Amino acid sequence: MTDVLVPGLPATLVEAPLPAAAPAAARRTTPRRLGRFLVRRPGLVLSVVLVLLVVVAAFAPGLFTAQDPLVGEPADNFAAPGAAHWFGTDELGRDVFSRVVHGAALSLKATLVAVGVAFVVGGLLGLVAGFVGRWVEDLIMRVVDVLLSIPALFLSLALVTALGYGTVEVAVAVGVASVAGFARVMRAEVLRVRTAVYVEAARSSGVRWYGVLARHVLPNALGPVLVLATLELATAVLAVSSLSFLGYGAAPPAPEWGNLISAGRNYLGNAWWLTTLPGLVLAGTVLAINRIARALDGEWAAAR
Amino acid sequence: MGGSATGRYVLRRLAQAVVVLWAAYTVSFLVLDALPGDPVTAMASAGMDSGAVDQEQLDQLRAEYGYDDPMLVRYLDHLGSAATGDLGDSVATGRPVVDTIAQALPPTLQLAGAALALAVLLGGGLALVATYSRRRWLRQVLLSLPGLGVSVPTFWVGLVLVQVLSFQLRLFPAFGNSGPSSLVLPAVTLAIPTGALVAQVLAKSLLTALDEPYVQTARAKGAGRARVHLSHALRNASLPALTVVGLLAGQLLANSVVVETVFSRDGLGRVTAGAVGSQDLPLVQGVVVLGALVFVLVNLAVDLVYPLLDRRIVVAGGRRSLA
Repeated sequence: MTDVLVPGLPATLVEAPLPAAAPAAARRTTPRRLGRFLVRRPGLVLSVVLVLLVVVAAFAPGLFTAQDPLVGEPADNFAAPGAAHWFGTDELGRDVFSRVVHGAALSLKATLVAVGVAFVVGGLLGLVAGFVGRWVEDLIMRVVDVLLSIPALFLSLALVTALGYGTVEVAVAVGVASVAGFARVMRAEVLRVRTAVYVEAARSSGVRWYGVLARHVLPNALGPVLVLATLELATAVLAVSSLSFLGYGAAPPAPEWGNLISAGRNYLGNAWWLTTLPGLVLAGTVLAINRIARALDGEWAAAR
Repeated sequence: MGGSATGRYVLRRLAQAVVVLWAAYTVSFLVLDALPGDPVTAMASAGMDSGAVDQEQLDQLRAEYGYDDPMLVRYLDHLGSAATGDLGDSVATGRPVVDTIAQALPPTLQLAGAALALAVLLGGGLALVATYSRRRWLRQVLLSLPGLGVSVPTFWVGLVLVQVLSFQLRLFPAFGNSGPSSLVLPAVTLAIPTGALVAQVLAKSLLTALDEPYVQTARAKGAGRARVHLSHALRNASLPALTVVGLLAGQLLANSVVVETVFSRDGLGRVTAGAVGSQDLPLVQGVVVLGALVFVLVNLAVDLVYPLLDRRIVVAGGRRSLA
């Protein structure tokens, strides 16, 4: 196979984003196989650990830091990173590590909302287009084409203008801007599954259309869409933090990864840690999610 | 015969482009019209310090700008003007949207052009070396770089570059648009995600091309490795890469919003950020339509040039559709 996976390429770009359906019966997911798969990929293990840490930080920030993210010690301001403050302190003496840890909650929430919106709306559109066909399909897919012709960030900006500022608003804007990709992949999958023999068999043995849809088409079409969703998580983290950096996310005292970095912008000359360290966490998270998505997208099925 | 087939192809693509543009206008109109308030209220509250704008004045302003008409009337009205190249006036400044955009465009085009050149050079070079090299570790390192490039936040890369190259080493100015040296850092920042995309697409299609029978034929005839790579594989592999150029143009334009904000450069990106900040609906819509226009025009150009590069397309009468 020359299919050297090129990491991070959006699935909508690749002609056929469909990972080869694994001969499932032949290779079960045994703990042994999973263990061997992971041992050979230390980078993947690291990615999973990092993402887990971020998720834990979002739900229980107290486990990582006891310092208050909003109230600082003014006498302590601009302390360089050290044992007392791992990521240093900002202009008000607030602990930057604590702000990053607490920021994980807002950033993760925004990301999940964004991907959720894209997944549900895009998935439904693709499902209807693929399952119903005819003029409904034409109409939906033309709209999807148009959405793809507007750069995603511009579409998000227009939505933010319409919806207003805030974490959820930004998340919805990012989600709607990525609906098109999900609709495309979902439709392609439904079209592939719809002609499968088992679907024909179910139809001809008298199963109603909703039964066919729920028991046969949907479960078998969902795989690649879920892979796209993991890839989209990484894109959404970036898009949400970009909008937050531009100042359209949560209002200032609340920590969000994007506005944390933009707040450090005024002190680039004397406090490098204010932008660099939160940015490293952000970049690391995106990289980790992309790595996991790549593992799900075919690498797992191809490994033996 | 060939002439008329080509003519039909061109006409059909032109018509498609117009339809997409119209639809993009409609989508942006629908999105922005969903705003709970309307620009007149925003304008009145921005223009006057006291909140003493009475209902009568508001109604008068609304009537003047046409915001008291039903949505459909407003849409048809605006669409009619848009067809003649008039996208309305900016609510914040009162100047025509088209003029505002036209004025802000040159520095952004400069930036995007420099970034595109860098991206193609670096991304293309990376893909070539990565697929040419026989060293496994070098290939792996190079092929993992694009993944890194699309994962790092653009604004963060810009800020780190400013920190190191402007504040510590004092090589380039950190902010503004004064002279070519101020273009370097923004262009590099903007080029990273785009270059990563170029590298990904080109590497993938190069690897595919190197497996094709014609490459084996060339090898069997005794062509050198470099010759096979550059004149056989690259030539054919760059054709599929052309299809993402429209995407790249849109990406460059959109990322300029972030990059220009980071470097405090004047241009379309900052105008856009400002328009979103002041809820300047007509201006935001103008930018969205411009984004779609760029995407459509670039794709149209690619579609028209493609048959010249790959004769099979028109001969086969096949339709090329771009993602």
